[in-house]
Amino acid sequence: MSLSRTALALLGLVALAAPARAESEVNLYTTREPGLIRPLLDAFTKASGVKVNTVFVDKGLAERVAAEGARSAADIVMTVDIGNLIELVDRDLAQPVRSPTLEAAIPASLRDPEGRWFALSTRARVAYADPDLRDLAGLTYEDLADPKWKGKVCLRSGQHPYNTALIAAYLVKHGEAKTEAWLRGLKDNLARKAGGGDRDVARDIVADLCDVGLGNSYYVGLMRSGRGGPEQKKWGEGIQVVLPTFQGGGTHVNVSGAVVAKSAPNRDNAVKLLEYLASDEAQGLYAKADYEYPVKPGVAVDPLLTALGPLKIDTTPLVEIARNRKAASLLVDKVGFDR
Amino acid sequence: MPSRPPAALRRMGLPARLRSPAAGRPHGPWLRAWTLAAGLTALLVLAPVASLAVEALQGSGGLWPHLLAHVLPPSLVETGLLLAGVGAVVVVVGTGAAWLVAAYEFPGRRLLDWALLLPLAVPTYIGAYAYLDLLHPVGPVQSAVRALLGYARPRDLILPDLRSLPGCILLLGFVLYPYVYLPTRALFLMQSATLVEAGRSLGAGPGAVFLRVALPLARPAIALGASLALLEALNDIGAAEFLGVRTLTVSIYDTWVNRSDLAGAAGLALVMLAACLGLIAVERRARRGRGYAGAAQRPRRMSRTILAGPAALVALGAGLVPVALGFLAPASYLAVEAVRRLHVAGLSGAILSESLNTLLYAGLATLVATTLGLLVAAGPRLLGGRWRGMLLRCATFGYAIPGAILAIGLLPPLAALDGLLDGASRALTGLPLAAMGLGTGAALVYAYVVRFLAVTTGSSEAGLARVPRSLGDAARVLGRGPAGALAQVHLPLTWPAVLGGALLVFVDCVKELPATLILRPLNVETLATHLYGEAARGTYEDGAVAALLIVAVGLLPVALLLRVSTPKA
Repeated sequence: MSLSRTALALLGLVALAAPARAESEVNLYTTREPGLIRPLLDAFTKASGVKVNTVFVDKGLAERVAAEGARSAADIVMTVDIGNLIELVDRDLAQPVRSPTLEAAIPASLRDPEGRWFALSTRARVAYADPDLRDLAGLTYEDLADPKWKGKVCLRSGQHPYNTALIAAYLVKHGEAKTEAWLRGLKDNLARKAGGGDRDVARDIVADLCDVGLGNSYYVGLMRSGRGGPEQKKWGEGIQVVLPTFQGGGTHVNVSGAVVAKSAPNRDNAVKLLEYLASDEAQGLYAKADYEYPVKPGVAVDPLLTALGPLKIDTTPLVEIARNRKAASLLVDKVGFDR
Repeated sequence: MPSRPPAALRRMGLPARLRSPAAGRPHGPWLRAWTLAAGLTALLVLAPVASLAVEALQGSGGLWPHLLAHVLPPSLVETGLLLAGVGAVVVVVGTGAAWLVAAYEFPGRRLLDWALLLPLAVPTYIGAYAYLDLLHPVGPVQSAVRALLGYARPRDLILPDLRSLPGCILLLGFVLYPYVYLPTRALFLMQSATLVEAGRSLGAGPGAVFLRVALPLARPAIALGASLALLEALNDIGAAEFLGVRTLTVSIYDTWVNRSDLAGAAGLALVMLAACLGLIAVERRARRGRGYAGAAQRPRRMSRTILAGPAALVALGAGLVPVALGFLAPASYLAVEAVRRLHVAGLSGAILSESLNTLLYAGLATLVATTLGLLVAAGPRLLGGRWRGMLLRCATFGYAIPGAILAIGLLPPLAALDGLLDGASRALTGLPLAAMGLGTGAALVYAYVVRFLAVTTGSSEAGLARVPRSLGDAARVLGRGPAGALAQVHLPLTWPAVLGGALLVFVDCVKELPATLILRPLNVETLATHLYGEAARGTYEDGAVAALLIVAVGLLPVALLLRVSTPKA
């Protein structure tokens, strides 16, 4: 093969390997399920003319961005759980963003003071319960370890970020000894091994396997709206939902959010997309399409969620929760929660 | 030995230097070429392992006391029980089914012959989703049972929960047994009739023939199949997590993701790898010194015992059980869900491109893995030597590491390669080079190859082992070089095994999820990632179409598998 043909072949390989770069685009790496955010991204492209390329990565998102380093195509990294957001900052994969639009739209408690992460939606950790149970109005997270619930509680794995974040919040409020005692009590109350997903809690309550459990608020909307299919509608309607609080505190919430990647090749478009996601229109879509609580004050919550009653958000700082995530995970091991 | 080959052999037209009759003696250029290629392959496989080792060493090790006290003991016990259970199920079901279709003739046997392979097309995580829906107290099966027995509420009739260790064992066992069935069946079919007849003439009944003649002879096939099935079970994350079984692999994931200790997770993965290799070595050692090669002449096939009446019905019924549990139940559930969804939402346009992506990456990876697998396996056989056998063992590393951890191990080498190529391009042309590794399809193909190379080397090796050494030696005495012997003697005799391995890898690639999720390029979805996206938001029924397509894409290779693993009469 002659040299020029070799060069041509190599060029061809490069063309195969590298996606063609359009003029106006933004690359989004996300752990959020594509189906959930696709409507938002399509609306953004329609409004701005900026094409959004996506890759949906679950575990390993931060590792991939870190390995790609300065050559990474990532402009925005989007994820759920405050611990995952802070990890991106801690690993130096995020860059600070100053944007009056973002600062006006997102309350200070839901973003980094230096603009390295922004929450875009919140979800509450609520209780699903048997509809026949009465007097659940003042239910607290602490209550769930009470022996009166013995053999009546269903939960997903204690190692799942939604639960570790709650346990981390408990740690911040009550310290390690009390949290451990609470976890042991909760473990003793389990009706079945911790596992499955939040919706399995609802299904197991409908199946009489347990009386009460914890799940995220948006699943209530997804199930009750019938968007998850007729089976799940039955589960959603077969449970009552209450918003538990910490004793003397509020309801535990977690966030979904995003950072602008440190080496973002399309930084301006990345900021544009973030600003769009914090706009009235996109926040309304978060509420309507995903049944999440918008971060922007004044944007309407979906009626399926307002029906659950007013949400009083617990004031434990998100950063504190993220900082205690690992300790929470180790406690889960220590008490053998998932065993 | 003659110094010059006879004229008849010279007419074969080989260059003089390849006509050396010294059979078994390696030839310089061939040796060098093979060494280079096999060395590169080993490097490809070892790169992620080495980078995981580096990662593990970077950790402070501060979490190890915690892991040893609270995490490892229970997860080791649970993993041990899971593997023992799955091992028992796959060996009993796989070998029993293989003997049934190989030794007996009854109405429906031909159907069973291929239907028994169908569970191969069902990824374990899809099986778990489908079965939980089917068997849940509010699912169709228990609802029907309650209606039949006149119970009003689920609490009136509490049945065992699938979400348990026994549930997980049965599920994995009945989905994974074809890994044993496939090679064992092929081996029973190739079994020489003389041995079986010798057994019978010495007074052994059908049971004794099976236990004392057929089973010991089939041991390499059973061992190969069971080790593949067990490694699949060990590395499964979807089904175990879903069913609440805390295996070692689940612990590795949790250590990485929740205990925020990638170094610890890498360390655990390497310990697990070492344990797997140890077990494989023990099995090999136990088999050492026994020959399994067939006779040089095509053996006369064992005749099937003809069953009639009730015996035939029992045989058919017994054979249908694994098919129903491993395939029919989950697949028909998916089909019903898919039809429902299509009714409501129609077919997503993306599904076509997702199918094409799936076929493209799985196809490319299969091609590469098969070539490399044959190459690595042929080395020790054709060129001899102990260290070539070591290279062969290296090839199996990827199969013993959980997919996502392997993908994380691949990130640094890929990034380094990209940096190297970019640097070279800048130095030579002054232009930067777009990434050729990370974030491209190449990374995905690479990951699949490393992950599944064990399957292709294993099947190539098993195929080569059945070629009597005398045939290869004869070819060499007749003047063929190692490559000539491979092409003209070994390949024609082993291609069914090689192709069988290739098809298995193809199906495995189509089903692969964790590495695909981490490594695929922007805007690329495969059927598996699509399904995972739906499952992640809990609407996995919306992914029923994709799930069914994964199963369907797996069916064609499965049908082909059966053809190639059936020796011609």
